[in-house]
Amino acid sequence: MSKFKKKKGSELPAISTASLPDIVFMLLFFFMVATVMRENNLKIENKLPVADQIEKLDKKNLVMYIYAGKPSSRYAASAGTQARIQLNDKFAEVSDIKSFVLAERAAKREEEVPFLITALKVDGDTNMGLVGDIKKELRDVQALKINYTTRQGEATQNLK
Amino acid sequence: MARRSAPEVNAGSMADIAFLLLIFFLVTTTIDTDRGISRKLPPPLDETIEPPILKQKNIFVVELNKNNDLLVEEEPMELKDLRAAAVAFLDNGGGTGDEACNYCKGEKSSSSSDNPEKAVISLRNNRETSYATYIAVQNELVAAYTELRNREAESLFGKTFTQMKEDLKDVNYSGSKERLKDDIKKVQLMYPEKLSEAEPKK
Repeated sequence: MSKFKKKKGSELPAISTASLPDIVFMLLFFFMVATVMRENNLKIENKLPVADQIEKLDKKNLVMYIYAGKPSSRYAASAGTQARIQLNDKFAEVSDIKSFVLAERAAKREEEVPFLITALKVDGDTNMGLVGDIKKELRDVQALKINYTTRQGEATQNLK
Repeated sequence: MARRSAPEVNAGSMADIAFLLLIFFLVTTTIDTDRGISRKLPPPLDETIEPPILKQKNIFVVELNKNNDLLVEEEPMELKDLRAAAVAFLDNGGGTGDEACNYCKGEKSSSSSDNPEKAVISLRNNRETSYATYIAVQNELVAAYTELRNREAESLFGKTFTQMKEDLKDVNYSGSKERLKDDIKKVQLMYPEKLSEAEPKK
C-alpha cells in the first residue's frame, strides 16, 4: 500500500545551517567590541593602590600611560630589583620621559594636545622618590594633567 | 492522513534574532575604563616670581616620613583621622572682616585657617615613602575637599557636588549644562583645592 511506503522517505530533515554564519558573526562582533587590547606588555609588577575619590578616564586615545614598579621576576636578572619605569614596551630611564611625552603629543592632532592626560600606573610598593622624579619631568614638559590610576576601594586598605 | 516529511524550519528570522542579541550585548557591555585620582601638577617654577608669604596658621602640614608614618602639624596621626582633621582645618573660617567666611561651619578658632580660600594643605613626603601610603593620604585629602563641596552644593543647589559632576558627564541630563558648569565652578571656588606638594626630602 502506497500509504505506508511513503514513510520510508520521511527521515529527519537536515537542520538548516543557514543561520550559522549569523551566530558566528555575532560572536565575532561581540568579542571585537568588548575586548580591550593590551597595549603594553607589562615587564614590571603593577599592583595598583586603592582609592575611593576617583574619576573615570574616558577617551582612551587621549591618555598616555607611564608604568613604574619593580621588574617582574622574569626580568629581575637583566633589569635589577629596583623599581623601574616602563614606557611602551621597554624599560626606560627618568630622562626618557620627556621624549616620550613629546612623541605622544606629536602623534595626536594639534587640537587634542591640551586634553592629554598622563596616567601614572605605579606599583604600590614603589618609593615616592621615583614618582617625584617622574612628576618633575612631566612638569618640565608641561604635561600637567595627571591621573594616579588606582583600584576602587577604601584608602585604609593601602596600609597593611 | 498521509504524513509528509517535516517542512524545513524557516531560518530567515534567525539573523534578526542574532542581531538582537548582538545589539543587546553591545549595549550592556561596559568596556572597563581606568579610574584614578586626577590631579593637576603646578607649572614649572618661575625663578623671578617671589612666592607669596603665607601665614603659618593658614598652612596645614601633612608629612609622610620614610617609615610611612603620618605627621599632621608635627603630631603623629592615624590615617582614618586625617579626613576629619583636614575638614576641620579647611572649614575653620577664623578670619574677621574681609577675611571672614560666612558659609564655614567650623570652630572659628583664631589659630587655624582664616577662610577656605587662604587655607593651604602642604603635603610633604620622603623619597622612601611608599606610593600606596602617598595615594591613601592624597585620597583622604581629596575626600575632605569633596565632603565640604558636597555640603555646600547640597545647600545651594539641592544636590551633592559629586552628583553635579556626574550630571555634567551624563548625556541624558535634562537641564542646561552651561548653568551646571557655572554652578560647579561656584562650589569649587568656595573650597578651592589648594594642595601644595613640597619637593621630597632625601
